[in-house]
Amino acid sequence: MNGAVDKLKLFLRRPSGVLGIAILVAVTAMALTAGHFFPDGPTRMVARPLLWPGQQAGLLLGTDRMGSDILAGIMYGARASLLVGLSAAAVSIVVGTLVGAVSGYYRGWADDVLMRITDAVQTIPSFLAAVVIVGVVGASLTSVIISISIVSWPMIARLVRAEFLRLRNFDFVHACRIIGMSDARIILTQILPNCLSSIVVASSVLVATAIIVEAGLSFLGLGDPNVVSWGSMIGSGRTVLRAGWYITVIPAAFVVVTVLSINLIGDALNDALNPRLRER
Amino acid sequence: MLSTLGCASGDPVTGAPAPLLDVEDLSISVRRGVPLVEGVSFSIGAGEAVAVVGESGCGKSLTSLAIMGLLPGNLQRNATGRILLEGEDLSAKSPREMQDVRGNRVAMIFQDPLTSLNPVMTIGAQIMEVLEAHRDIDRAAATARTIELLDLVRIPDPQERMHAYPHQLSGGMRQRVVIAMAMACEPQLIIADEPTTALDVTIQAQILNLLVELRRKSNLSLMLITHDLGVVCRVAERMIVMYAGSVVEAGEVSAILDGARHPYTAGLMAARPHGSFKRTGQRLVDIPGTVPPPTSRPKGCLFEPRCPRAQEKCRAVRPDLAADGAGHAFRCHFPIGQGEAHA
Amino acid sequence: MTAGSVRIGGGSRFFNGAVLRFVARRLLQALIVMLMVMTANFVLIKLAPGDIVDVLTGSSDMTAEQIASLRQEYGLDQPVIVQFVKYFARLAQFDLGYSNQFHDTVLNIILGRLPTTLLLVAFSVILSIVIGTVMGVAAARSAGKLVDSAISALVLLFYATPVFIVAIVMILCFSVWLGWLPTSGLYSVGAGHTGFAYIKDVAAHLVMPVVALCTFYTAIYSRLARATMLETMHLDFVRTARAKGLSERRVIYGHALRNALLPIVTMAGLQVSSLIGGAVLIETVFGLPGMGRTAFDAIFTRDTNLLLGVMFIASLAVVVVSLVVDFLYALLDPRVELK
Repeated sequence: MNGAVDKLKLFLRRPSGVLGIAILVAVTAMALTAGHFFPDGPTRMVARPLLWPGQQAGLLLGTDRMGSDILAGIMYGARASLLVGLSAAAVSIVVGTLVGAVSGYYRGWADDVLMRITDAVQTIPSFLAAVVIVGVVGASLTSVIISISIVSWPMIARLVRAEFLRLRNFDFVHACRIIGMSDARIILTQILPNCLSSIVVASSVLVATAIIVEAGLSFLGLGDPNVVSWGSMIGSGRTVLRAGWYITVIPAAFVVVTVLSINLIGDALNDALNPRLRER
Repeated sequence: MLSTLGCASGDPVTGAPAPLLDVEDLSISVRRGVPLVEGVSFSIGAGEAVAVVGESGCGKSLTSLAIMGLLPGNLQRNATGRILLEGEDLSAKSPREMQDVRGNRVAMIFQDPLTSLNPVMTIGAQIMEVLEAHRDIDRAAATARTIELLDLVRIPDPQERMHAYPHQLSGGMRQRVVIAMAMACEPQLIIADEPTTALDVTIQAQILNLLVELRRKSNLSLMLITHDLGVVCRVAERMIVMYAGSVVEAGEVSAILDGARHPYTAGLMAARPHGSFKRTGQRLVDIPGTVPPPTSRPKGCLFEPRCPRAQEKCRAVRPDLAADGAGHAFRCHFPIGQGEAHA
Repeated sequence: MTAGSVRIGGGSRFFNGAVLRFVARRLLQALIVMLMVMTANFVLIKLAPGDIVDVLTGSSDMTAEQIASLRQEYGLDQPVIVQFVKYFARLAQFDLGYSNQFHDTVLNIILGRLPTTLLLVAFSVILSIVIGTVMGVAAARSAGKLVDSAISALVLLFYATPVFIVAIVMILCFSVWLGWLPTSGLYSVGAGHTGFAYIKDVAAHLVMPVVALCTFYTAIYSRLARATMLETMHLDFVRTARAKGLSERRVIYGHALRNALLPIVTMAGLQVSSLIGGAVLIETVFGLPGMGRTAFDAIFTRDTNLLLGVMFIASLAVVVVSLVVDFLYALLDPRVELK
């Protein structure tokens, strides 16, 4: 991409963006090395339950009410959060871009139909919809990812449609049409690359939202029962809030810090990629 | 022979008594060494109309905002000099005291009547607001006065129209509303910043006529900021030409238009598409080069880099504002001689 | 204040044929959206284990004949499209089926739970808009200074914290540690409060849910209010207002904020749907007997019918609210012609 180096420089000028990257890299490293440090998984009982952080050597973050190592849960939970966040965002981006591109490029009845569907999906309270979908289909990592994707794609669809509506009338697009380039080719090679920066910025919001929704679902006990995630740790720690609040607060802090880091990256990306909106 | 002129000192040019507005040595800078307005002095007598002329960025709008006390905070802090309204120093007034001056004793008309009106308030409400801010007046009286004002600026059906929103009016009508708003508290001075620039040509004439008429009727002073010399000779008695933050020429309109002494003024006049006051040549002349930015102004005469008459002295020494016997002042080492102006 | 004349001017725009056309057009759009939601419901029923009658009757104690007659009524022997139309016809009459868990019609159950949710959502919407706007305006007025940085940091934190985490942290602080506030329910069971004491009791139960639900949305409105105020304060008409000699208060609140409120109203309309979603979590955490809590319970009792009923009514509520917001926006912004 043209001026990619300049944009990277612009990004790196924002200390908050660099901080965000650093946090996200650390969380990713935790997710990737979870299996190395805790080959037996996060649910094995390692010590007495309800040990406070630092109370016993080797158990940095203490144990939960089942006697599992909280650090193991956090590291495996990072896996679940990032996996769900990234997968759901990826699915939403693909679906949303497709819908938005077709709507904005062809307009007419296709646009009408697709936008009414988008309206409807945005009308249904998204977290409620995710709860219902997981409730009806059954809880698994896949159903969680699908339910989050189903409620998230409209945002990207609207964004991409708006960009396509703007760009389809530019001269370079007309020129491509005149030389007989196919629609698919115009969409993919001419217009879409021009929307990328908006999509990149929006996808940071998507990832953050997906992580929040996943945490909410598994907090309610609607996550995959075989997967430990930050949300489920918060949910199970809640019952012993009085005896060991750290069991709840530690994973909660990880959710907040991770989402915060993604938001910081998103803001910095926005500044670097959309200089028009820098003052906002 | 030429004497340094404090243009402000009880100016005998119009024979007016003590001036209404007296701007003394006004300087505004972004920060030290980056001046936007430098040592500007002038005065406006009661009932007098003075035009301030210059290209965009010459500091004329900033000067008017300084008089209103509406400079942005960072510029306000770096503003020096005195602004006297009937002898009272406005620059020494507190923000609260300035509120009583603005809209009451000095009012302002801005360039674009669409953006200078609040889109979500009726025009009646926006006019009444001025009355309520400055007069101890009840609602019925304010309404009556608003209708009277709309009538004064020739808006038909004022009772009806006062309930209209700005977007429901044409550009000319909106500017009439802005003028009515400025007239609301019968100010002594109205500052009009390019009041016709954003309007259609046919409407421009109507608005100018309205301003001229209102001025006569209410004996108010007018400070007209414009870059249009045609407007100047229709409305004003005296004019001030500004260049790069300084006054370069000042005097009676007729005297300057007949014989500009400063090469910049002469250039401005030659750059007019149709020399309506004097036909000179068929070709449109422009002034070569651009106004020097505040960050790199020349040490000598500010106009020297663009001046066809520049000499060694111009590069070295910045000229003072000096006047001939008739109160026609100019800031030039080698002024254009009488009769030479349009050569 | 000249609200009187504004109302007169506004009024004349609102009592004419344009209003009818506006309402008709928006109602049609709302209808289309609701049809889509109903379709989504139907698809989910088809996805659920068992057929539509299993869903509608729950794990039923109906007799075999009753079930058989229901099967016939729903035309399960008929093509999907016929079932689809019949399902629509029932939903259109607000016949959302029967819940065996509660021994009542789904509509009755939801209507009984609706007030709690409305209370929670309404208070949260109002509080988040008010606090968000105040914070945004304060930040904009001190842009680049300490107050602005402090508010921005707080907003960043609010924006990154899921509402259920706020809820739990609040329970930890105000109930577990300080013992100030009750953790669950809408009122103290068995206390038998009446009159003012009852209102006080309900208020104590609602403080944490409302504040917890607010935080995220407060952050959104605060960001938006700051950005739009910064933009608006540089507009010409704000300078005009100053030039008129109005007080700084009047300039900021009467002119700048009044215009900056427009995008906030739009945003509020867009966020209602998400806020109702958040209410599901909050009601569950605080054990409030609202719609969200009902949906949550329905999942664990496998009461798909009740679950879909909640989704249907919640979507309907969102549609109604966005209609109201559109109308409100038109009231606030005279430039919007109702067409």
